[in-house]
Amino acid sequence: MSRIVGIDLGTTNSLVAYVDGAGVPRVIPDAEGRRLLPSIVAYTPAGVVVGEAARRQLARNPARTVYSVKRFMGRGWEDVREEVRHVPFEIVPSAEVVRIRAGDREVTPPEISAQILLALKLQAEAHLGEPVERAVITVPAYFNDAQRQATKDAGRIAGLEVLRIVNEPTAASLAYGLQKLAQGVIAVYDLGGGTFDISILRVKDGVFEVLATNGNTHLGGDDFDRAVVQWLLEDIRAAHGADLSKDPEALQELRLGAEAAKCRLSSEERTALTIPFERFTYRREITRGELEGLIGSLVDATLDPCRMALKDAGLATDAIDEIVLVGGSTRVPLVRQRVGELFGKSPHSQLNPDEVVALGAAVQAQILAGGITHMLLLDVTPLSLGIETLGGIVSVLIPRNTTIPTMAKEYFTTSVDGQTAVDMHVLQGERELAKDNRSLARFVLEGVDPMPAGMPKIEVTFLIDANGILQVQARELRSGKAASIEVKPAYGLSEAQVAQMVEDSFTYAEADVNARLLIETKTEAETVMNHVRRALKQGGHLVSPEELHTIAAAVDALLAVECGSDRDAIRERTIDLNKATEPLAEAMMDAAIRGAVTSKRADQILEQK
Amino acid sequence: MSDYFGVFGLPRKLQVDLDALQRRFYELSRRHHPDFHQGAGAEAQAQALEASALVNRAYRTLRDPVARVEYLIALEEGRELREETTVKPEVPRNLLAEMLEVQEALEEATSGGLTAETMGRLRSERQRLEDRRRAEEAALIAGATEWDAAVDAGQAREPLLGRFKQRLAARAYLSTVIDDLTQALGEDEGSHVAHRRH
Repeated sequence: MSRIVGIDLGTTNSLVAYVDGAGVPRVIPDAEGRRLLPSIVAYTPAGVVVGEAARRQLARNPARTVYSVKRFMGRGWEDVREEVRHVPFEIVPSAEVVRIRAGDREVTPPEISAQILLALKLQAEAHLGEPVERAVITVPAYFNDAQRQATKDAGRIAGLEVLRIVNEPTAASLAYGLQKLAQGVIAVYDLGGGTFDISILRVKDGVFEVLATNGNTHLGGDDFDRAVVQWLLEDIRAAHGADLSKDPEALQELRLGAEAAKCRLSSEERTALTIPFERFTYRREITRGELEGLIGSLVDATLDPCRMALKDAGLATDAIDEIVLVGGSTRVPLVRQRVGELFGKSPHSQLNPDEVVALGAAVQAQILAGGITHMLLLDVTPLSLGIETLGGIVSVLIPRNTTIPTMAKEYFTTSVDGQTAVDMHVLQGERELAKDNRSLARFVLEGVDPMPAGMPKIEVTFLIDANGILQVQARELRSGKAASIEVKPAYGLSEAQVAQMVEDSFTYAEADVNARLLIETKTEAETVMNHVRRALKQGGHLVSPEELHTIAAAVDALLAVECGSDRDAIRERTIDLNKATEPLAEAMMDAAIRGAVTSKRADQILEQK
Repeated sequence: MSDYFGVFGLPRKLQVDLDALQRRFYELSRRHHPDFHQGAGAEAQAQALEASALVNRAYRTLRDPVARVEYLIALEEGRELREETTVKPEVPRNLLAEMLEVQEALEEATSGGLTAETMGRLRSERQRLEDRRRAEEAALIAGATEWDAAVDAGQAREPLLGRFKQRLAARAYLSTVIDDLTQALGEDEGSHVAHRRH
């Protein structure tokens, strides 16, 4: 049996982890030792690139570079209308699953997520030296059925058998639980890049029983960044008279700048922001107080779900023994402060909040593999499941916060003589009217024997499995025969679509891997050439004309192959160019050391590095 | 398939030791949860899923003293297969006069808008009904002792069942009115729960 890995498929970053031979969960780094893979996918003309290489495309190629795709998983066009205004890539209006236009391709969120999962799969295979085919993937606890299903589909498209979908806060609790099995009631507050969850668990005798969960699948660090960007746009308008709100490249630069400034303000009281634009360079100092003024209402929006989770768990705040913080956004001091005030107790994050979910996913993978037998996770379904009845009212079959797996039965009959099919509309949500809830699927029960109205008795079983995903079975009680069900997922991919994507991924996998490697090699070549150009400008006079000629020849040789697709040639000539510039680099280094006298020059050289 | 009491190896009695119930729940979960049957065949996995779902539902029902009574009534009346307890809301006789007052307050709020005065009135009415609902629940729970004694003594239990049903009907009615008041106060946003069957 192959190993099962744990994957945190995050809005901003994704990670893969496994439990090593000593039973310790570990994050698997990539070849360069990086532990976080940016959840960014760029659809360049040459092929698909993922992660750090795709991040470099954000400002260069905004329309083709997809980030925060998790916010679009399992969603319909109506749901993401608001979102569309904030992203530089184009969302194609559609009645079913949303599609993103990336260059000349139209791709669905599960396909984009599959690229991220594939990169993690390859990363794990390279590190472990064996094929990786099975995974546990985490999702926000407050994800609905469609969002979970979309995540599972993404795994399949990436060539992974998804053995379990686990909720992020509960995964985090497993990672903590493995370290120290404290007994008691813990609250896990998980604020990530795009989603917020609160889960309240009782930990006792190795059982992690979730008592209640709540959250918001559209609230996270991304929203903090947006608030800052809006403010910066206003400030730029006032200071430079420029409106950058329609300029996708400028917006990306601002977003990246805002994100970096936000992160620095977690440890510093004030920070400087410098963004060079074409016509001017924007400089601005931001204080922590200013940031807090911008994000205060967003942080407060996490507190109501906390109160509701406590209420559903039937607990007062003082019943909570420990508050654990998960997700990068919990580094923001204001978040810690408000959470501490709400619970009347200091929260902690002893394990790295960026990594703890992936580590927990690895623990769950180990439980499924039979490697850990003393721990058991009992999770809940976050939203009530119901069916539409007469007058558009929802009748709840499975209330929210019911421990999963769970099951409910409902009985249907016909209203017209000879009727052979019955329609059903399944929904998830807490509102009274069907139209205010998330439509999961419309089912048609077919093949009912023609009988007088009201005679057939069809038993429909709604089963929510341990992944929080709905399964439906139906049978006619009089004949005992199973009724066939045609499932039309409201915003998901059909079985046939997923199968097609899996097939496509096999066809394109090799091409995509090659494309990715080629682009990385080209980026490397470009970086080296830029360095050489700058070095020549700075220190060209320090070397002999012969050496200058050698360098120029090496640059020409690289330029000759750089636009082609021969990766080996590009790589070799990049190495050659590096070699050719060695005398120049040495000369500059010497000059820098000697430059203790002419300090201005030395500074300039160092700055160029 | 056994009923919820049977799942936990309990007699059909209403007094339940909650600590023991939780311990047994964890034991049964360890035995049946799909996590521990991942390597098994498809059929064994499906069985684990079903058994685990049954254990979870049974625990959810039995740990709640009111849900426990509702379920017991369904069992005693042979409706357990429906897994549904249709106790129709019924206005408690001794509350009729008060209910008229509540209706009046509600109408006033709808026609005259939410003034500080109407809000105060709606809130105090709601408080009174909530107290009353708690009293019904306390009485239901107190009735558990009587029921268990009757089971032990082998006495007729129908009269007790009838009284339980009356109290449940009153409680369901109170809940509906409390929801109406909350809605009229505009305090139901986000926390409003769709019509419940359980």
